[in-house]
Amino acid sequence: MATIEASGLAIEFPLYHHNARSLKQRILSSSRLRLRKDEDNRIVVAALRDLTFTIGSGERVALVGPNGAGKTTLLRTVAGIYEPVAGRLRVSGEIGSLIDPAAGMDNLLTGRENVVLRALYRGMTEAEGHALAEDVAGFAGLGDFLDMPIRGYSAGMNVRLAFAMATALTPEILLMDEWFLAGDAEFMVKAEERLSRMVTDAEILVIATHDTTIVRKWCTRAIRLEGGRITADGTPDEVLGAA
Amino acid sequence: MRHPPSPVHEFDAADPQRRLRAREDIATGFARWRLAWALARGDITHRYRGSVLGPLWLTISTAVTLAALGILYAKLFRMDVAEYLPWLSVSLIVWGVISQMVTDATTSLTAAEGVIRQMPLPYTVHALRVVFRNAVVAAHNLPLIAVVFALYGVAPGWGALLAIPGLILFAVAAFAASILLGMLCARFRDIPPIVGSVMQLAFFISPVIWKPDMVGHWEPLLPLNPFFALMETVRDPLIGGTGSVVIWGMAVLWTALLSAGAWALFVRFRGRIAFWV
Repeated sequence: MATIEASGLAIEFPLYHHNARSLKQRILSSSRLRLRKDEDNRIVVAALRDLTFTIGSGERVALVGPNGAGKTTLLRTVAGIYEPVAGRLRVSGEIGSLIDPAAGMDNLLTGRENVVLRALYRGMTEAEGHALAEDVAGFAGLGDFLDMPIRGYSAGMNVRLAFAMATALTPEILLMDEWFLAGDAEFMVKAEERLSRMVTDAEILVIATHDTTIVRKWCTRAIRLEGGRITADGTPDEVLGAA
Repeated sequence: MRHPPSPVHEFDAADPQRRLRAREDIATGFARWRLAWALARGDITHRYRGSVLGPLWLTISTAVTLAALGILYAKLFRMDVAEYLPWLSVSLIVWGVISQMVTDATTSLTAAEGVIRQMPLPYTVHALRVVFRNAVVAAHNLPLIAVVFALYGVAPGWGALLAIPGLILFAVAAFAASILLGMLCARFRDIPPIVGSVMQLAFFISPVIWKPDMVGHWEPLLPLNPFFALMETVRDPLIGGTGSVVIWGMAVLWTALLSAGAWALFVRFRGRIAFWV
């Protein structure tokens, strides 16, 4: 059973490569307590503060909130990219992260070569990657473009390829940023089909989005983040207000 | 295509288990050597995309440098070209491998920023990528030594095979340097230019274009220079020597120190790398 459990989770970004002194003068005065100094006198941004939640199998969770609320940071933390500075995190289940569609893609390689590369990123062999490419090609509807370098792809084709690659592997936990909404209408119908199939297999979806129709249509639960804290957690109607 | 069984990721900030995580990183990173190899191969082919000769340019530019410097310095040092040029070729090519390795190591992590912040991956993969990339470049340059030897009729004999353990030592040092310098350079952005200057200085103070015996009674002190010790493990067998115990001892010692430093830094700060790049 896939689960995500977090208690007292906190992430802080030290501001290393800036002029801390001028930045401090500029921002500290006007901040709402998100910037502070740590014990070494560095300026840090508290990106996530004291998050406690449990997400169980079968839940489709939307992370909502204004820009900079910490939605993507939370996705990256669950994915295991950022190590928390405080709290506990337990993620059980294989994770597929669709945080940035371009990550790990090589513009000069063809679509097929990129699928193989992605398979290698996932710890698979090249042969498994080639098998995967067939599945991805069918779903993404790239046709002959599969054997063209992806630098010639349109934004929509890139998104389709990335979505197909990430979902072809049926991760138990799918973490997704809202970029995939760039797909065209026809693709969105297929994408939704595929996503709902994944979720009915009792997997977890966590999606960061601003789009309330997506939340209501796809999600069973919404968590509102503001200033790195959870300010609301419940059904989409409870969190967003009745439609 | 599901992968059973479900992996469990657990992290508790109160008990970060850094040593265990560092070990896991290295183990899973090496298990994904195919990825590192694919990325390294891509780095080389992309650099020469659209060029007719491709990576062969690596070989050509080295050959031109060798011819020019060989003839000029033979004149300056009043040595016979036929005696000096084969020696200089070995020197310059081996030095080139070391210097390229060090320079590449500084960007091992910062160059992978896009991937590090987007998907979980062992950091070891990025260090391995640097090692593989440099191995490919070295494979394009080392054969030039054979060409020069053939031209001047130098036969190093079977003893040349002793260069192989030296090259293995290079790979170990390159891996450790990619972790150590990669982390330091991700955190402190002033380090890459410092490393650049140090390498330039090291080129002149190490016996690359001048022969070790030219410094007279300072010669026993040379192995204190890590670049010299390491370089000599490959160079000496190729020019007919066997490498002394002192040289090998110092080369292994320097590599061990480098690896220990890399390990200590990796264990302590591995979790911070994603915030640094």
